[in-house]
Amino acid sequence: MSMESVITIRDLRVSYKDREVLKGINLDIYGNKITAIIGPSGCGKSTLLRCLNRMIDLADGARVSGRVLLQGEDIYSPKIDPVRVRFKVGMVFQKPNPFPKSIFENVAFGPRINGYKGDLSALVERSLRLAGLWDEVKDRLTANAYTLSGGQQQRLCIARALALEPEVLLLDEPCSALDPVSTMRVEETIAYLKERLTIVMVTHNIQQAARVADYTAFLLNGELVEFGETSRMFTVPKDKRTEDFITGRFG
Amino acid sequence: MIKSGKDFGRERGIQLILAVAASFSVLVTAFIIISLFEEMSGFFREVSLKEFFTETRWSPLFNPPHYGIAPLVAGTMLVTVVAMIVSVPLGLASAVYLSEYAPDKLRRLIKPVLEILAGIPTIVYGYFALTFVTPAIRAVIPGTNVFNALSAGIVMGIMLIPMISSLSEDAMMAVPMSLREAAYALGATKLEVAFRVVIPAAMSGIVASFILAFSRAVGETMIVALAAGSTPKLTLNPLESIQTMTGYIVQVMLGDTPFGSIEYKSVYAVAGVLFFITLSLNLVGNRIVRRYKEVY
Repeated sequence: MSMESVITIRDLRVSYKDREVLKGINLDIYGNKITAIIGPSGCGKSTLLRCLNRMIDLADGARVSGRVLLQGEDIYSPKIDPVRVRFKVGMVFQKPNPFPKSIFENVAFGPRINGYKGDLSALVERSLRLAGLWDEVKDRLTANAYTLSGGQQQRLCIARALALEPEVLLLDEPCSALDPVSTMRVEETIAYLKERLTIVMVTHNIQQAARVADYTAFLLNGELVEFGETSRMFTVPKDKRTEDFITGRFG
Repeated sequence: MIKSGKDFGRERGIQLILAVAASFSVLVTAFIIISLFEEMSGFFREVSLKEFFTETRWSPLFNPPHYGIAPLVAGTMLVTVVAMIVSVPLGLASAVYLSEYAPDKLRRLIKPVLEILAGIPTIVYGYFALTFVTPAIRAVIPGTNVFNALSAGIVMGIMLIPMISSLSEDAMMAVPMSLREAAYALGATKLEVAFRVVIPAAMSGIVASFILAFSRAVGETMIVALAAGSTPKLTLNPLESIQTMTGYIVQVMLGDTPFGSIEYKSVYAVAGVLFFITLSLNLVGNRIVRRYKEVY
């Protein structure tokens, strides 16, 4: 079992104006594993996720300090172009947000702006297959993405991120806007994908973390309370607060 | 009793007043169109449609007079095209800047200023064309006529920039933030986000702003009356003095043309063509808007 850390987070602090939302996070994200970040609303879990592909740069007035190493390279180093980071670290959002373009164009968007030289249709097909959507859309690739159901749109967004062949895929509460059946399909897709890449998933759904995640990080008020293997953490939590949270006493 | 008869009567009365107010403008428009066509038919009893549309000279005051609308349409289009060449790139660029690049504070400062620019009376723009832009053009290109289509077109373009930029920016701001995030997360640069996501998604609003601007340029009167000249001429050279449809109407209306004469009636024929052009522009515009619309 490889325990190679793909992302290494050291003393990561984020503040908006004078409010500190992440207070020195230290965390290792292991390769080809699914890591879930759980915690009550406002604990900073989405902020933490957005630090991993520098989407935090887009937030007005956010200040970041500390280090985030992606395969040993600090993505906050001034030499690093945030755009290149996002090629390597893909992201899927809370609400499905396909472009108002065709299904094909949605998946092709990333490779196109990246100047992809290979066979674009083959790449689109491969990405859609990986996201488990190919069989449902292969006959209507030119249809507008908005003709798909919510769950299909979310898997399209996963396919769109996969088309860049990223090392890491970030998922920000990917199922919160979906019905149970669509949620199950997305979870199956995620479980299948960890063979190829590393997944970090924010979820407010503790059962979901228990179902799909290999590792779980519990965040509270901007601090990392506990991190470890999901099976261990959900059976014998080390911290009292973790126990209270996963047994539903708060949050 | 929940509702008295008196309340009910008042409700009916108010409804009637509102209905009259709503139909008033529709009725007035209808009357304008009817009177336009009435006077036009008077003109076409004396001048054939064939002459009106195929003759290449417009000289109602000469003997024999010629009534070919082509030079006036050409003059209008020449000025309008110059205006669009100026206003579309600048208006769109400033809309992209305001919606995608400018910090919030700056946007809140610039937007009202742009709207003030849109409120400047057109006669002021006309003066600006004649006393500032024309001498500048003549300094660069010495052979240029004092009255020319280029100067009027440039200034009209400047006048249209706030309109295009403001309406386009509204359309771009209406594009959900989640679409921008999606693109950024795929490694798009600001420019790629603007041109590949925001502009396509806002295309219907942007095209609508272009069409409104075009329509406004075709109907614009004061700038061309002051700066473009009064020489109906079938030409593509923007450095020459020309006359637009609106310019001709002003010239005749301000002159001593007797009521009911053929020259007087010719104004209505020109106005009819103008009306037809703006109407079809709006229809074509609506079609384009529907076709390009990206639904989000």
